[in-house]
Amino acid sequence: MHAQQQFDVIVVGAGPAGSSAALRLARAGLRVALIERGEYPGAKNVSGAVFYAPGLLAELLPSFWEDAPFERYITRRVLTFLGKDAALSLDFRTRHFATPPYNGVTLLRPKFDRWLASKAVEAGALLITSTVVDDLLYEGERVIGVQCRREAGALYAPVVIAADGANSFLAKKAGLQREFSPEEMSLGVKEVLRLSARTIEERFNLTGDEGMASEYVGEATGPVKGGAFLYTNRETLSLGIIVQIASLARQRVKPYELLDRFKQHPSVAPLVRDGVTLEYSAHMIPEGGWQLVPRLVRSGLLVAGDAAALVFATGIFLEGMNFAVASGLAAAETVLEAHQKGDFSATGLAGYQKRLEQSFVLQDLRRFRLTPAFVNNERLQNLYPELFCEAAEQVFRSEGKPRKKLGPTILTTLRRKVSLWTLLRDGWQAGRALFF
Amino acid sequence: MQSIASEPVAMQPIEERLELVRFKVDKTPHIRVNTAACQGCDLTPCVYVCPAGLFEILGGEMHFSYEHCLECGTCYVACERKAIEWDYPRGGWGVSFRAS
Repeated sequence: MHAQQQFDVIVVGAGPAGSSAALRLARAGLRVALIERGEYPGAKNVSGAVFYAPGLLAELLPSFWEDAPFERYITRRVLTFLGKDAALSLDFRTRHFATPPYNGVTLLRPKFDRWLASKAVEAGALLITSTVVDDLLYEGERVIGVQCRREAGALYAPVVIAADGANSFLAKKAGLQREFSPEEMSLGVKEVLRLSARTIEERFNLTGDEGMASEYVGEATGPVKGGAFLYTNRETLSLGIIVQIASLARQRVKPYELLDRFKQHPSVAPLVRDGVTLEYSAHMIPEGGWQLVPRLVRSGLLVAGDAAALVFATGIFLEGMNFAVASGLAAAETVLEAHQKGDFSATGLAGYQKRLEQSFVLQDLRRFRLTPAFVNNERLQNLYPELFCEAAEQVFRSEGKPRKKLGPTILTTLRRKVSLWTLLRDGWQAGRALFF
Repeated sequence: MQSIASEPVAMQPIEERLELVRFKVDKTPHIRVNTAACQGCDLTPCVYVCPAGLFEILGGEMHFSYEHCLECGTCYVACERKAIEWDYPRGGWGVSFRAS
C-alpha cells in the first residue's frame, strides 16, 4: 500500500455534510481525503436553496458571513394556500432576522459548495474531484476504505464518512439503508430566473440584501402531492416544485409541466415576469422523515446529510443543509474521539448517534415524525387550499347584503365540501403533527 | 380597469429547458433499462416522473436516452418492475449545474 493512498479518514461527497466534516477533521490535523464525483463541489447538487441556521458554521468559521457566497438573508417568510384563481397567504417579516449570523440565507449550491470545500482544502484536506466512489472496502465486517472508479482506485482509512447524497449507494451497499419507496421520496425541479437586483427589491418589498422565502401548497402542484417555492437571490429568483414521486406517477403528470403551470398561475406570473431562465435542474429529496433515517453507524463507517435522510420537510419548515452541516460536524467529532482512542468499531463510533440525538437533528425529526403523513393528507393537498381561499373570498365579499358573522360565514363555506367530523379529524392531525 | 382572464398554460418543451444545462456526455450510458421487463407495463411511471423526459413509449416499445440525464434517480425509485439499472456517470462526466 502506498503512503499516499492511506488517510486518517475518507469523506465521500463534498456537499455541506462532507465538507463540514472534512474541514473540522483537517483543522484537527488528520489526513483527510474529500472525494467528489462532480467536476467541482456543487456540480451535482441542487437545493431550493435556503440555508437555515447558518450560524452552525461559526464554530469553524467565525465571521463566515463576511466571506460566504450568500445571496440574501431572509427577513420575509410567506406561506400561501393557492386556489385556482385565488391565494391566501401568511406573510411574516421581521428585522430580527437581519443581523449576522442570520436566521436563514439564500444561496446557489455550485458557488456555496465550492466555497465550503475550499475552506476544508485551506485547512489541509485533500479534495479529489471528478471521482466516483463505487464501493466500500472491507476487512471482515470492518470498513477500511473506498474503491474509486479509476485505475488503482483503492483508498484506505480506518474510517469513512458517507456523505454521498440522496441516492446514497454507499449506505445501501453497507446494509444501513434499505431500498426507497416512491412514497417517501420527493422530486424537486427548479429554475433560476435572472432579474435585476432592483426589480427583485421592488417586486418583493425588500431593502438591500434582504430576502424572501415563499412557499405554496394546493394548486401549486395541481393534483400532485407536494408544494412549490419561490426564493429571492441577489440577482435571480429560484423557483420550483417539490412533489412526491408516487403521486407524480399516479397522476401521470410531468414535473416540468407542473412547473409551467405554477409559473403561470395568476398570483405567481406577475412575480416572475420578464425573468430570464438561466438554468433548469432537478434532484431527489429524502422526505420520508424519521422512518427513513437509517442506522447511522457500522464498524468503520458513518453516514451523514441526505445520505442519512436527515431532511426536515414538514410543510412549514423545509430544511436540509443545516441538518447536513450539523450531522457532518457530529460525525467529525465522533471520528476525532475514535481516532484518539484508536477504536473505529461500531461501539467506538456510537457517540455519533448520541450526538445527533442530543442535537436538533434527531430531536426535530423525532418530534415532528407525524408531519410527513400530515403533509401528504389528500385534503390538505387538494381540497383545503381551494376551500380556504373560498372562505376568505366569502369573508371579503361585499354585495350590499346583510352579513353573517365570520364564524358562520367560514363554517358554511367549509361544510359545503367537507363534513364537520372530517374537519375536526384533520384539525387534530394537523395539531398532532405541528402544534402539540 | 382591465380585467384579468385566466390564460391557458403555455408548456415549454423540455428540450428548450435542457439546452440551458451543461452536459459532458460519456460514451457509455450510466442507465440501463431491461426493456423486456417493460413489456405489459401500463403504468410507465418513468415516462411521467423523469424531469428530463428521457423515457418514451414509441410503437409499444420503451425507448430511453441517457445523454441529458439530470442524475436525480427518480426513475429507478418509481419503477415498480425494477427494470432500471442506474449508476452515476464516470467522475466529472454527466450534468454540471452552474447557476442552481
